[in-house]
Amino acid sequence: MQRMLISALLFALLAAPALLSPWGLSQITFVAIYIVAGTGLMLLAGSAGQLSLCHAAFIGVGAYAEALLHARGWPLPLSLAAAALLAGATGVLAAWPVRKLSGIYLAIGTFSFGFIAQEIFARWETVTGGNAGRVVAPLDPHLLYGLAVAAALGALWLFGRLQASRFGRALLALREDATAADMLGVAIPRLKTLAFTVAAALGGLAGGLYAHQIRFVSPEQFDWVMSIELLMMLVIGGLGTRAGIVFGAVFLIALPQAIALLRDTLGWTTPPAGIELFAFGFVLVLVLRWAPAGLAGGLGKSSSL
Amino acid sequence: METTLTLAIAGIATGCVYALVALGFVLIWKCTEVVNFAHGELMMLGGFTGFGLVTIGWPWPLALAGAALACALFGLLAERVVLRPLLGQPHIPIVMTTLGLGFMLKGAVTMVPGAGVETHALPTPFAGQAVSLAGNPVAADHLLVIGVTLALGLMLYGFFYYTPLGKALRATAQNTRGAQLVGIPLARMQAWAWTLAAALAAVAGVLLAPLTFVHAHMGLIGLKALPAAVIGGFGSIPGAVAGGLLLGLVESFAGFHAPDGVKDVAAHVLVLAVLLLRPAGLFGRPQENA
Repeated sequence: MQRMLISALLFALLAAPALLSPWGLSQITFVAIYIVAGTGLMLLAGSAGQLSLCHAAFIGVGAYAEALLHARGWPLPLSLAAAALLAGATGVLAAWPVRKLSGIYLAIGTFSFGFIAQEIFARWETVTGGNAGRVVAPLDPHLLYGLAVAAALGALWLFGRLQASRFGRALLALREDATAADMLGVAIPRLKTLAFTVAAALGGLAGGLYAHQIRFVSPEQFDWVMSIELLMMLVIGGLGTRAGIVFGAVFLIALPQAIALLRDTLGWTTPPAGIELFAFGFVLVLVLRWAPAGLAGGLGKSSSL
Repeated sequence: METTLTLAIAGIATGCVYALVALGFVLIWKCTEVVNFAHGELMMLGGFTGFGLVTIGWPWPLALAGAALACALFGLLAERVVLRPLLGQPHIPIVMTTLGLGFMLKGAVTMVPGAGVETHALPTPFAGQAVSLAGNPVAADHLLVIGVTLALGLMLYGFFYYTPLGKALRATAQNTRGAQLVGIPLARMQAWAWTLAAALAAVAGVLLAPLTFVHAHMGLIGLKALPAAVIGGFGSIPGAVAGGLLLGLVESFAGFHAPDGVKDVAAHVLVLAVLLLRPAGLFGRPQENA
């Protein structure tokens, strides 16, 4: 049954460019990009139980790298790979002060790292264009769609492979009991650094695609709200599971549309930004209270965490 | 014009606001083991409540008290309805719940027609006046903020050290299980911790208004309580106050002497340095990382 569903979904993704309007296609591209970014964060927050609050910084590094390299005429595969690598290096940097910390200390350390990164985006004007931002050349929408969907499928495949690997089992051990993992010979600081690197590289790849999708990069896009939204998306989707990444990304993209629809139907005049924020927070609180396993886990089941 | 004393007073004034927010933040953490990422938004709610009360004609001191009372009630409600059911869960669901609560608060305030998305001035009775202190010009607003914080600090000291409820709260903060064993009702203490912390955040919000105005993004400033708390040694109440003051001073001097942008990241650079070099904080004792 599940196999049939997935096959049908893949087929639909192949047929989508021929059937959907440009707007519909761009929505799927968005979902795919958020799946790539979410997969990276899921490794940290879901598999390893590490509350990283600076994922937007990695996405930002990838986005700026792609914006710069693409403008210099680098071929797309090379520039996207460079974006991922550069973001991965940023991940090493982010992990360094917090690699020996855990729990809430790690959360606050990454929170601060995210702020510093955003400030650097805003101040390093020769590279980033500062607060004025930087325009990114658009790609052919079909090409971008193909790249994003391929990257999302690749990321999800990688997530499954990693979960079954020694690395993935070490992450789970770290989440369940750090002391026991340590006793069993898991080198925790190195493991955390590696997890941040992989997570950041995926974030960077997502950022590279995001830059082309938005066609504009500026510091305030990569603020802490984006980091939090990604985490919220994973929790609402279902923390620790592959399906959770997909459900969460679809939810994140569908929520503003649903609210826009509701506004039009009911004729509300209040600004949409507040309603979105409120609805997002409200759904999150409800999910955590009543369905901690998220949309992928179903109602009432408790989380695996 | 900007003398060292002027900068120091401005820094202490901002630091007082950070300290008030950090104090409540640490109180909640110590009594309930909840790291409240919505604390900045509670402060924002306090700022807006104060602004609303002044707008309908309340005098400033009454508006300050009103905002504190309203937010205290909100804190009580939030603890009872949203957070108590989650007690005992791992930190990720709890932190995420407070983040969700923060989104809801910010979203709700932004939805208020005509008020939520604007920036408002909330003038104190001494707005715009300057006082000469040993020949240095000092903004009267800054002195007011410091004065109110000092008075509040004295009241809190009296409360925490001389009243049964304050002592019980301190006991709960120091050792939750020990407090339970000697018969202190934990659930009631946790409700009190949220009530008190929310009231302090609201006072901070109203006091911050003359320094930065009232707007929907002021929660971000309140979130500097996190760096303040970490710098002071996460979980130490006097440490939170000291961390807040230190942060205010560093920002004030960095804003004047250092290049643009240093002021904004100073708090976060300090946090990373403290986490690297002295994870127990400047004033805390080494302990197992939670």
